[in-house]
Amino acid sequence: MGDMIRRYGPGLTLLVCLLTAFWLVMLVIVPNITLLESSFRPYLPVVDIGGPKDLYTAANYMKVFNGAIEVSPFGFSFQIPVHVLTFSLTIFYSVVVTLICFALAYPLAYFMAKILSPRSLPTMFLLLFVPLWVSEVLRAFAWWIILALKGPLSWILIQLHLIDHEVRWIVGYNGVMIGLVYTYVLFMIFPVYNAISSLDSNQIEAAEDLGAPWWRIHWRIVLPHAKPGIASGAVMVFMLSAGSLLVPSILGSTTSQWFTQTVQQWMLDALDWNTAAAYAFLLLVMCTLFVSLVMKIFRVKLSDIAN
Amino acid sequence: MYKIRQTLARVYAGAFIFYMLIPLVIMGAAAFNDNKTPSIVPWKGFTWKWFEALWADDRMWHAFQNTIFVAIAVALISVIVGTAAAILINSVSGNLRAVLYGTMISTILIPGAVIGISTMIMWTKMGGLLFGADKPFPFIPGLHLSVLGQVSYIAAIVMLLVLARLQSFDQGLEEAALDLGATHGQVMRRILLPHLYPAIGAGAAVAFFQSIENFNVTQFTRGGADTLTVYVFSKVRSGITPTINALALMLILVTLSMAVLYEIKRRRNANVEAAREAEARRAAALEEAVI
Repeated sequence: MGDMIRRYGPGLTLLVCLLTAFWLVMLVIVPNITLLESSFRPYLPVVDIGGPKDLYTAANYMKVFNGAIEVSPFGFSFQIPVHVLTFSLTIFYSVVVTLICFALAYPLAYFMAKILSPRSLPTMFLLLFVPLWVSEVLRAFAWWIILALKGPLSWILIQLHLIDHEVRWIVGYNGVMIGLVYTYVLFMIFPVYNAISSLDSNQIEAAEDLGAPWWRIHWRIVLPHAKPGIASGAVMVFMLSAGSLLVPSILGSTTSQWFTQTVQQWMLDALDWNTAAAYAFLLLVMCTLFVSLVMKIFRVKLSDIAN
Repeated sequence: MYKIRQTLARVYAGAFIFYMLIPLVIMGAAAFNDNKTPSIVPWKGFTWKWFEALWADDRMWHAFQNTIFVAIAVALISVIVGTAAAILINSVSGNLRAVLYGTMISTILIPGAVIGISTMIMWTKMGGLLFGADKPFPFIPGLHLSVLGQVSYIAAIVMLLVLARLQSFDQGLEEAALDLGATHGQVMRRILLPHLYPAIGAGAAVAFFQSIENFNVTQFTRGGADTLTVYVFSKVRSGITPTINALALMLILVTLSMAVLYEIKRRRNANVEAAREAEARRAAALEEAVI
């Protein structure tokens, strides 16, 4: 800090500090504290705000447990509150999306890092970057067209005589999963590619010379080396999926509900901002827990993930 | 066996690229189909009418304008704040650095819905505390809150880009300038910032595009105003016509041409670099020969 004042003088140093403080305090810390504070306040008509009824309460969080519905996975049927169900399904399907993204991305990342000649690499990147720069809403919309009842996917399968009548593809969480995987798989490819390309190819060759089968080379050499990249990709894909609002809204079916949609209903339909704050806070806690869990499992630091 | 695996990998990569691009092709092609619902089957003939309808759509033009304004504002503020934050991070160390850096990075991981709701609640509450129910401009919902919400995480991306560039900065240059009598302002403007310009430029571009793409933060803070993303979203949900496909195709073409331009520029730079290196080698060889 003293060094900074010596270089840029007290005025500029103060300016730099103030700008950073504006960002961190006014745009990050205070809003989140306000969010937490609001989440404990009841939903009242304007005249009662600040009055004797405006007391701190956990009622907003308790709303999660309202309205039980019956579910029966694998033949067991039991009662579960509808928002708890949404919350759990959001986590479950986000994890599934993350796993699918990894399964799709790993072979491609390995191919790009170790097999593809360095000369064709920029072209490959260019081709992959194009969908990345097309906005998320359009990517979801593209799948909305493809998966429509009388859309191209049904049409081509009928032409190929694989199915004999049109299929409703968007049932349950299918549409949401397809959309999320397509939208976020690139966030898995780039970190895993970065990690694998820093692996010395001689290690792979040495293992080959010593007679290791290909799957063991991946299991014992490439995967352990790519761990930070996988962690980083997994965190990105999970966070983006769980926090996504566009894809579940556009590609959701009548029976699918994402937790962000519930939050949006409290905020924009019910206009109950305090409950929306409570639910948003739950989402934040869930995401924080997931990131900590991944960091623990993969033994990586936050700074590794951000790169 | 080895050959087969190589071929398989190539086939897989080809299939992957196909999977990535075919939805965009289908979406673009549907813009020319003379059919009320956006699809490529059944094909009812070629038409330009969806482009004409798009051109005549005032709500779209308004949303487009809003999007550009928001994106410019976000890029401007994010670049200023992100650069300042990177310079600060680079000059502190120890626990303070870890805490600051951690807070900055964590903003990237906060879900957009949370950022949107917290920004909205904070500014409207602050307005309520300061002015009562009749809140003046910055404390009401609107796109300015979307800008602030978006900056809160986009600034972190700019910060990372600038910080990476700072690693290759030689602080001795600043020392030299100070010894030669440069003022603090000159050190910053003439030495530090010019070194950072490439990263600042890249940061501005990334911030601009991130802002155009943003939906979650905007959705919760926008009040009644539209941006392009919100406009497309509301169209998809309520009776859609292929005008959206026309819009999508144009956006894709803009993206594509910029990507190609960037690639051409990169290749030209690489060629220039290679030519320079070759010349240097020739010169060195000549020198050796003369000696």
